[in-house]
Amino acid sequence: MYWNKRIECMERGELNELQLDRLQKMIQHAYHNVPLFRDGMQEKGITPQDIRCLDDLQHVPFMTKQDLRDSYPYGRFAVPLSEIVRIHASSGTTGKPTVVGYTRNDLQVWSECVARCLTCVGAGKQDVIQVSYGYGLFTGGLGLHYGAEYIGASVIPTSGGNTPRQVMLMKDFGSTVLCCTPSYALYLAEAIEEQGIALEDLKLRVGVFGAEPWTEPMRKEIESRLGISAHDIYGLSEVMGPGVSIDCPAKNGLHIFEDHFLVEVIDPETGKVLPEGATGELVFTCLTKEGLPTIRYRTRDLSSITREKCACGRTHTRMRRVLGRSDDMLIIRGVNVFPSQVESVLLDMGATSPHYHLIVDRVDNLDILEVQVEVSEDLFSDQIGGMEILGNRLRKAIDQTLGINSKVTLVEPHALERSEGKAKRVTDKRKLNG
Amino acid sequence: MAIKQISVFLENKKGRLLAVTRLLAENKINLRALSVADTTDFGILRMIVNDTSRAYEILKNAGFTLKITEVIGVDTTDEPGALNEVLEVLEKGSINIEYIYAFCTAQSGHALNVIRVDKMDAVNDILEQNGIKTLAPDEIV
Repeated sequence: MYWNKRIECMERGELNELQLDRLQKMIQHAYHNVPLFRDGMQEKGITPQDIRCLDDLQHVPFMTKQDLRDSYPYGRFAVPLSEIVRIHASSGTTGKPTVVGYTRNDLQVWSECVARCLTCVGAGKQDVIQVSYGYGLFTGGLGLHYGAEYIGASVIPTSGGNTPRQVMLMKDFGSTVLCCTPSYALYLAEAIEEQGIALEDLKLRVGVFGAEPWTEPMRKEIESRLGISAHDIYGLSEVMGPGVSIDCPAKNGLHIFEDHFLVEVIDPETGKVLPEGATGELVFTCLTKEGLPTIRYRTRDLSSITREKCACGRTHTRMRRVLGRSDDMLIIRGVNVFPSQVESVLLDMGATSPHYHLIVDRVDNLDILEVQVEVSEDLFSDQIGGMEILGNRLRKAIDQTLGINSKVTLVEPHALERSEGKAKRVTDKRKLNG
Repeated sequence: MAIKQISVFLENKKGRLLAVTRLLAENKINLRALSVADTTDFGILRMIVNDTSRAYEILKNAGFTLKITEVIGVDTTDEPGALNEVLEVLEKGSINIEYIYAFCTAQSGHALNVIRVDKMDAVNDILEQNGIKTLAPDEIV
């Protein structure tokens, strides 16, 4: 099933022509409206006229999450705020989020992409779609919501949390499609089992899961426990949000909607473009985005791509399920977490040489984060009350900065592993390499 | 008169207290008083030793988080009501006790009370005005 068959099954040659035309316009748009982009191009000694073929894109400078932070909040917007109709943001390392803005047309493109995703996995206007992604600054909830409305489905915007109610609504409202993070899907499965609800009493048949890395075994587990077909949806707010790519019923890679997103895979060390099939960092260029042009955005997500035509008939490039990250970012319950965020909290609280360790685990299908903090003399009080206050202040500050709840454990100095003089900051016990 | 106490942060796990006492034993440092305040995750070891600065150096070099805190030492008779009398005085002087630990030996007929209060500046005068003697460091070590 296709939402837009002409585009989704377009021959490579025609697709590339469309891409080049859009790329040239996009580079012009950014060059003339985003001074920071123009500066980057000028530093490399190139102008929009130098982009004559798709391969010329490799001469254009990269854009990173740091660039967005440095231009916080609106420094890379290409249109006046009067043209921006929606703003989303994702967590940042120093308390400042990464801000993205959408014009009315950008939202239309986003809805179109999500509509393609939903249609691709077999959802349609007859479906009741429960969106259990968080609604708010996070792109998950509203992204899926508008795409689901666009295909004419009945949308239940439950947002995240309140699991018993989610299960009740799923049963009573007859939800047929569930959209959430894969770990929350498993958590819901458990709640359904606990409440003694049989799968036959539910109408659920399809799941669209994303916003955090997951694995094939996890897909199989979700599919068997919820009795559904589970699909991986990929996206990131800097590029658009969920809906950049989706895996079709062939479940053999995620189709990237190449008429809107041009993909490259690079060597994260050298920045050189890698050949088809090689594993590296995904880099996206939005071909149609007006509000915040995203050109050669380094996702830090590791994957590989193939241009082989898929069994489903779609011609668009497929990416493998994301294998990991090329930086130290963790995705915990759909939230981006950088270890350095914890460091900034400790520095703020007067620790002169902060030592900490993040332990991420998945217990009962929910990600949990423990932050171990070495108690230095700067932080030490010889009273239990003082230490408890310290623990609580740390937890609050860390939770606020990271945007997720954590358990803070105070440990003795040097209790934490050091490797080659450099502290090991993260232990990820979640099994993601299945 | 204030007495110097060493406070050490210890994780609440096997062998941590032993690690401290072992170091003190090896370096022939004598413990005069000791208490441990504990929570599920960690404890705070508080102790008075015969050579505070040397003990501090040794433990610090061994990587412990510790600090020197001032406390007062009060000598009381080993009789009913003796500590109560001291606490009544502190109460009247609006002085809060942050923590306290006490020792007595049957032979001496005296008890040593180590007290940490919120107003360390005022506590000596108040005790003295009420005829309660605080111990000098050399009296305790």
